[in-house]
Amino acid sequence: MTADDWSAVRLTAQLAALTTLLLLVAGTPVAWWLARTRSRLKPLVAAAVAMPIVLPPTVLGFYLLLLMGPQGPIGQLTQALGLGRLPFSFAGLVVASVLYSMPFVVQPLQQAFEAIPERTLEAAATLRAGPWDRFFSVVLPLARPGFLTASVLGFAHTVGEFGVVLMIGGNIPGVTRVLSVAIYGHVEALEFESAHRLAAGMVVFAMAVLVALYMLGRPTGRAAQGLR
Amino acid sequence: MIEATLRLTRPDFLLDVDLALPGQGVSALFGPSGCGKTTVLRALAGLEHAAGRVALDGEVWQDDARGLFVPTHRRAIGYVIQEAALFPHLDVRGNLDYARRRAGDARVALGPVVELLGIGALMARRPETLSGGERQRVAIARALAAAPRLLLMDEPLAALDAARKAEVLPYLERLHRELSLPIVYVSHAIDEVVRLAHQLVLLEQGRIVAAGALGEVMARLDLPTARGEAAGVVLDAVLAERDAQWQLVRLQVGTDFSVWARDPGHELGRAVRLRLLARDVSLTRAPQTGTSIGNQLRGTVESIADDEHPALTLVRVRVGASPVVARLTRRSAQALGLEAGMAVWAQVKTVALME
Amino acid sequence: MRQAFRSLVGAAALLCSCAQAAEVQVAVAANFAVPLAKVSAAFSAATGHTLKIAAGATGKFYSQIVAGAPFEVLIAADAETPKKLVSEGHAVAGSDFTYAIGKLVLWSAKPDFVDSQGAVLGSGRFAHLAIANPKAAPYGAAALQVIQARGLTEALAPKLVTGQSIAQAFQFVGTGNAELGFVALSQVIAAGPAQGDQRALGGPESKAPGGPAFLPGKAGPGSYWLVPQALYGEIRQDAVLLQRGAGNPAAKALLAYLKSPAAQLVIKSFGYGIDP
Repeated sequence: MTADDWSAVRLTAQLAALTTLLLLVAGTPVAWWLARTRSRLKPLVAAAVAMPIVLPPTVLGFYLLLLMGPQGPIGQLTQALGLGRLPFSFAGLVVASVLYSMPFVVQPLQQAFEAIPERTLEAAATLRAGPWDRFFSVVLPLARPGFLTASVLGFAHTVGEFGVVLMIGGNIPGVTRVLSVAIYGHVEALEFESAHRLAAGMVVFAMAVLVALYMLGRPTGRAAQGLR
Repeated sequence: MIEATLRLTRPDFLLDVDLALPGQGVSALFGPSGCGKTTVLRALAGLEHAAGRVALDGEVWQDDARGLFVPTHRRAIGYVIQEAALFPHLDVRGNLDYARRRAGDARVALGPVVELLGIGALMARRPETLSGGERQRVAIARALAAAPRLLLMDEPLAALDAARKAEVLPYLERLHRELSLPIVYVSHAIDEVVRLAHQLVLLEQGRIVAAGALGEVMARLDLPTARGEAAGVVLDAVLAERDAQWQLVRLQVGTDFSVWARDPGHELGRAVRLRLLARDVSLTRAPQTGTSIGNQLRGTVESIADDEHPALTLVRVRVGASPVVARLTRRSAQALGLEAGMAVWAQVKTVALME
Repeated sequence: MRQAFRSLVGAAALLCSCAQAAEVQVAVAANFAVPLAKVSAAFSAATGHTLKIAAGATGKFYSQIVAGAPFEVLIAADAETPKKLVSEGHAVAGSDFTYAIGKLVLWSAKPDFVDSQGAVLGSGRFAHLAIANPKAAPYGAAALQVIQARGLTEALAPKLVTGQSIAQAFQFVGTGNAELGFVALSQVIAAGPAQGDQRALGGPESKAPGGPAFLPGKAGPGSYWLVPQALYGEIRQDAVLLQRGAGNPAAKALLAYLKSPAAQLVIKSFGYGIDP
């Protein structure tokens, strides 16, 4: 494993962790709204959230390349804010990953929230729990399995991400060359030894993280949903 | 004093009520399914937003005129529903602590509440391991642990079988005996209502059909409560005398009359509630001898009304200050020549004593 | 009787002409796909044969051919791959030849950005320079050679952005995300009219079939510098007859046609050089 390869591992870990974290934070209110609202906009928002599943990653990546470019709306916004442009940067990868993995985090959260009966929340309200209190003291504990699933899916999906990263990353070593792109590069250059090594490492790494996450989630699995 | 003026449009009916309930004792909202009683309760809790005004002892919780609506979590209420809705991620103690922690300055120790509902042995158990009756008792305890100023109960016994109901009912009776907490109790089961309520409000299709003291409302012949097997009066009495030889007790109703019933084992002087079902009361023009019916009460016919079945009729007789209702065939009524103002004797075959 | 005989003869004649008009399975490098389409039309008109064209990356085609893909002719983006296929026995020896010589340009989507000497390369007026993956694409390797020839390897290393293919490098520049990029002249021509060294365009006025407009209505003219051949190793693009096509006369005919003056004219019009 060269230094290059190690930096690819590091980048992948950082990207997956950061993306998952951001999605958990930003996705929770979206999932909550979708789970609880009776607004007419719900089907529209739900469809928008699900779009990244439907779009091929390279298509998504290509349009992000346009949107983030100097003439695209996102690009013009970031330039106006003095942030430069997103393609070819780690920040750009994060933005793309967040969009790409969003349904894999939002949907499990939404399902977990929907599984909580309204009357349980009403009971909490009658016990003097305000909206934030109810969320932290009742919703979060009961939705814990959903958070686990969302974390696992978000993390795994980002590690495996290739098309989008390829399109907007620019394959810059140490900045945007993540594992999937590095492996692809080795294959294209017929460097199969390196490709095998990296691929094996990727699998081992992903397994380790997933096992750890599943072990974390074990205790609350059975008891949490025992409402009769 | 619980005041509520509420208006709400529902798919099957229009809710339009103007309630004034006493600030103590148990007020029952009674009526058939879908009559709006649960909606009224939820509106009192703030879980439904009907148009109008809601106030408890002068503290205004809702006033549309002022644009005021206090959200549920800021109303000092306790709320119990038939599904119990205990928090599955906490054990029983955790559920009670959840309420207690949020009671603020009004916080009280859990001990008395646990005692009252008899759940001491259940504290470490998780909700899904409890029986239906146990869960309801925990739910009631939890509602009380929040130190409410008003307890709202929405058909708390509806999901229980007869045995569990019998298990929980005494605890509910203890509630209104040992706490000075106003309780609003929603039910479609008249048996629960006659055991627990002081005040009765009858609802039908979103409107109040009758409201008043339990005894008075039950004695009215023009209401749905006077129909069917449950027709009959509810009287307050005191256990005045004991006949040890025959295992009977004499129950003094007001200052007017007494009836004899089986000895329930209570101490003398204890206040009890009696129920005289219309089907257990017959009438005679003159006192009878040679009859097995020991309780014969002298009274005056007050009113006569048609019963559900065309063959039957209901007759209300005033015995002293108390009403007694009898169900007769119209033929018998005709044969006796019954009419208002006439003196009659009411033969009471069975006196149902409520603990 | 005579009717039947005449029908028989007619059927036989039809069969014969069908046997004459064959199909060729062609794998072509992506950057030559459009020129090949034009050549293919002329080829079909002249010989009656039809081409079944698959466009893609030369490297991928190599793997697929080795794994038994049913291609009969490979029109590659480099010279190494056809030679390798011959030496490994997957292609007919002696059948490979250079059909086009790729021309490297330094291109920007911004008009008036690239001068005709390529001095902008050393000017530092840009943040990103896109090239194709040097390990996988000859244009990428050529780009690095040019940068080294100008002594800018160290200076430009942090600004390099690598596309997995020359097409992707072109996308980076075309969308404006990379201000500059080393791409193929054929790509620039295909994208539409551009400023630059017009001498590169030999033959009649080159109007390539409609090139990609990345943003609707925003396909700008851009500007480019045609890099002198002396600065980089020749990008020879070879074609070769694969073993699968050894018995197909139409396949051989295609390869022969690529060497014809008619085909060479088309190839030159797309911005390629010809092996003299």
